[in-house]
Amino acid sequence: MADVATAAPLALSQTLATRADDIRGVWLEAAARELHGRTSRGELEREQAEIFDALVDGLRAGGTVVTDAAFDQLRGILADVSAVRARLGFTPRETAIGLFALKDGLYPLASPDTDIVPLLQLVDQLGLLTFEAFAAARESIITEQAEQLLELSTPVVKLWEGIVAVPLVGTLDSARAQVVMERLLNTLVDTGSEHAIIDITGVPAVDTQVAQHLLKTVVAARLMGAECTISGIRPQIAQTIVALGIEFGDIRTRATLADALVDALRSGRGARQKGLPA
Amino acid sequence: MSTPTATVERVPILTDSDVVKVRQLVRTLAQQARLSLVDQTKLVTAASELARNTLVYGGGGDAEVQLVTDGPRTGVRAVFKDDGPGIPDLDLALTDGWTSGGGLGLGLSGSRRLVQHFAIDTAAGAGTRVEIATWSR
Repeated sequence: MADVATAAPLALSQTLATRADDIRGVWLEAAARELHGRTSRGELEREQAEIFDALVDGLRAGGTVVTDAAFDQLRGILADVSAVRARLGFTPRETAIGLFALKDGLYPLASPDTDIVPLLQLVDQLGLLTFEAFAAARESIITEQAEQLLELSTPVVKLWEGIVAVPLVGTLDSARAQVVMERLLNTLVDTGSEHAIIDITGVPAVDTQVAQHLLKTVVAARLMGAECTISGIRPQIAQTIVALGIEFGDIRTRATLADALVDALRSGRGARQKGLPA
Repeated sequence: MSTPTATVERVPILTDSDVVKVRQLVRTLAQQARLSLVDQTKLVTAASELARNTLVYGGGGDAEVQLVTDGPRTGVRAVFKDDGPGIPDLDLALTDGWTSGGGLGLGLSGSRRLVQHFAIDTAAGAGTRVEIATWSR
């Protein structure tokens, strides 16, 4: 029994090796037709050569199903190819077709002596593998971008000696408010700043939740001995805040970031040290 | 009094990101209705408050937003509905600074001042329905 099981893939590998040129010719044609304009013929040919050789090697080593150790190399190559395609913006169809086109080359091998069904099944399994690898690559791209976005959206910048600013852009939900507060407080300590400016020019709507987050951040900064200004209050935001009944108390607010900076320079250590407008 | 001019857009409110969706939808319609920038911002802010109330206090629900006309005027109407616990004492809930949660206590009372039309229908155990509308001037 063991002989039969190992003989079949061996025989298939020999068939594939002898008919390699025919199979690869048909495969290349089929894939190139589908991927016309997406990738160059030479690139496809190199890719297919790698996959084909790994497939033949795997079969020769006695591999029957895709999870066999004999196909380790093949799985690695397919995962790489799929990941590259995902990053280049190929559709799932374009990614899978590159492999499924191999079947076009395999059909002519069928004869009373050669049972190609196991081979076709193997290609199907490999196709599923490409899908999985493609999806995994896309997932990781999305995760990376989400992380980058959170980083991007909450910078704390040093405007002057002793003055840091947080330009807020977009929606200020609880998670982001927490990140903003932590960064701001840490930056205050790291830079030894006495003045913080929170600029809300890029915040489309200031509702009670946003206001509450802002107030808490200001209070926290004050507890650390820093003076805090909220800038970027546009006319429509000012009217909305008044109508809502939110009170900013004795918190200093300014219409623009520039006003807030001038204020901070006048009142702060910055003015004394750098001899700036008094 | 008013005639709907367009189909009702219905947004389920089940997560924080749904509140953002409601806000964006209201802003888009407010721009279509040619509300002034101040009225747009007020309406969007009120919608944001009420959507969050629906989520936090009502345990989730949905918002229906549509363009409406009344003679020559165009406006935006938004209705927020939930099947939550309802509001037992409406007068108290509409008092500035009173909150049953951890907020500022200005969401409901403030929203009323942000829009031209405000109607609330609620009872203990019967859920809450809030309707707001603002018209172009």
